[in-house]
Amino acid sequence: MEQTAKKRSDDEILSEIDRSYKYGWQDDDSYGKGAKRGLDEQVVLEISRYKQEPQWMLDLRLRALEGFRTIKDPAWGVDYSALNFDQLKYYVRPTDKQVSNWEDLPDDILATYEKLGLPEAEKKRLVAGVAAQYESEVVYNSIRKDLEEQGVVFLDTDQGLKQHEALFREYFGKAIPFDDSKFAALNSAAWSGGSFVYIPKGVHVKIPLQAYFRINTQSLGQFERTLIIADEDSYVHYVEGCTAPIYSEDSLHSGVVEIIVKKGARVRYTTIQNWSNNVYNLVTQRALVEENGTMEWIDGNIGSVATMKYPSAILAGEGANAETLSITFAGPGQHQDTGAKMIHLAPNTKSSIVAKSVSREGGRCSYRGLVKIVEGAEGSVSNVLCDALLVDNNSRSDTYPYVDVKEDDVLMGHEATVTKITDDQLFYLMSRGLAENEAAAMIVRGFIEPIAKELPMEYALELNRLIELQMEGSVG
Amino acid sequence: MSKLVIRGLHASVLVKADNGDEVAKEILKGVDLEVESGKVYAIMGPNGSGKSTLAYTLAGHPKYVVTSGTAELDGKDLLQMTVDERAKSGLFLAMQYPIEVPGVSVTNFLRTAKTALDGKAPQVREFIKDLNSNMQSLKMDKKFANRSLNEGFSGGEKKRNEILQLKMLQPKIAILDETDSGLDVDALKIVSKGVNDARKTTDLGVLLITHYYRILDYITPDEVFVFADGKVVDKGDAGLAKRLEETGYDKYVDA
Repeated sequence: MEQTAKKRSDDEILSEIDRSYKYGWQDDDSYGKGAKRGLDEQVVLEISRYKQEPQWMLDLRLRALEGFRTIKDPAWGVDYSALNFDQLKYYVRPTDKQVSNWEDLPDDILATYEKLGLPEAEKKRLVAGVAAQYESEVVYNSIRKDLEEQGVVFLDTDQGLKQHEALFREYFGKAIPFDDSKFAALNSAAWSGGSFVYIPKGVHVKIPLQAYFRINTQSLGQFERTLIIADEDSYVHYVEGCTAPIYSEDSLHSGVVEIIVKKGARVRYTTIQNWSNNVYNLVTQRALVEENGTMEWIDGNIGSVATMKYPSAILAGEGANAETLSITFAGPGQHQDTGAKMIHLAPNTKSSIVAKSVSREGGRCSYRGLVKIVEGAEGSVSNVLCDALLVDNNSRSDTYPYVDVKEDDVLMGHEATVTKITDDQLFYLMSRGLAENEAAAMIVRGFIEPIAKELPMEYALELNRLIELQMEGSVG
Repeated sequence: MSKLVIRGLHASVLVKADNGDEVAKEILKGVDLEVESGKVYAIMGPNGSGKSTLAYTLAGHPKYVVTSGTAELDGKDLLQMTVDERAKSGLFLAMQYPIEVPGVSVTNFLRTAKTALDGKAPQVREFIKDLNSNMQSLKMDKKFANRSLNEGFSGGEKKRNEILQLKMLQPKIAILDETDSGLDVDALKIVSKGVNDARKTTDLGVLLITHYYRILDYITPDEVFVFADGKVVDKGDAGLAKRLEETGYDKYVDA
């Protein structure tokens, strides 16, 4: 009898998990070598000057820099004390000009995106537009002609500011003011890249727009800034993916995503965050939803050493609707502090939060959520469901649900469960021929199925593959 | 032709004592049994006599610890194998309380199990055809295939689902642990027919654990073993099972 289920040593298991991160290659980081470390007025001035920004944006950056220095660290969430803000590089420009043909990219950057499969996805028409950000700048941006002709705007945010300044004056910082938090301030001071999307009234973009963020330089801070405006009765699905090489020095990703959902419009925003385990991912995402508008956040957190991310919606108009579906994995050394915030400001608004987490091999997942319903938001409904799955005994899950309801005429539901993969479950599946890790992977896949089925196909498949790799040696 | 040979099998279960310590309590006290392809062996006996423990010990549940004795399937030592290796060797256990696995459809589960057992994925077309015809003969609704494994299934549905797995996975030796309990007479007939069909197509050997005679009206045993206090205490033919129905197990149990 061959012994297939031989016990692995801890070292073997760990090295297997490291290998399972297939985006961890390092390209030559000559672009970032000379970049200055630390953030001060000089760096902010240089970013703004290089981008030839209007004075009001520079003023905003400088006020935000002051905010970053004075606003206190949050008293909750993950421990990022190991991150040295003075050691980070805040702006790295990989190439002088942005292109709309992949072939026009420098060879090394093109090779990176080919490895990630982006040109292929665009060729296959899986996406309607692609933005690729490398370090601090969007190096590739394209959108299908027919959408452009309908008035759809899909630009990097720097170009967006140049070409649509009036919209920026109205909406930049509206959902997330620069002094919202320490990290909103940091992003507002140092932002570069990200996407600007405008969908005209009544236009439905049926195939997703895709953004891809890649950090290559060691110790980089990436501060992309995304602003999406969906005008009345329009629809768009925006998908964001993130990866980085494995380095010994930590990097920081601190993006800000603001979404304006106008009357009757619907926006879906899907993130699959798979940073390498030396990236701190401290992100702010918030939508402002007007009358009868719908915001859907689909949030997948797999990578990073530590994440704080709570996709939020301010339901500002009557009948506005928001949903956050989130799936989070934490493995060795990872702490994922994720959840959602729903702020009901108007009558008959609806929100739903479904958060699932999987902790294994000492990983820690925290659900942190807020549901706030103000006086006068009568007839509002909110439902929260959080389920945690513990793969083994040394992993951890916490739940921090905050509820602040000032209106009587509302419906609130909250349900939380913590389950552990049991011997009986493993035994049942193994008695049908599945090896222990296959059985555990099947239980995990089943657990996240309600969210995985909401993902675009190629992401769902990728997620399945990741689960299988991560479950190797996870149990027993 | 397959053969399961059990010799002098002793096994304990880990239980929590009053002071909180885990202690081993001996349940199986020297079981001798042989199960051959194509035949049906009924094991009957009172509650707590160790019938189910025998089933779970053979399948390899971690709660049970073998202290002595042997169990070999076609000359290979079952007791040294992991649970999945036992399944791959051809052993199947239809459980009394099948476990729920939310989010995993019956189809997906069966296809994954089939792939694991055969070492290669089954042809999709063939597989679906097999699944449909097996479900039909077990009078299972088509929608069943897309439901989460055992989640929200009624007792009867769970038992049918176990027999569906038996038919799809085609083991050499199947242990049925009280598959008849909780079934009404119609369901009992359907499930029994499923087992008999499997025997016809694959020359399956069956070790059938039950409290009651009635399933033996539909699945005729070649041999009947009476189990009491962790070992086989009597054996005979179907007539023995019939007599037990009237007299009960009193004479096998110490007063």
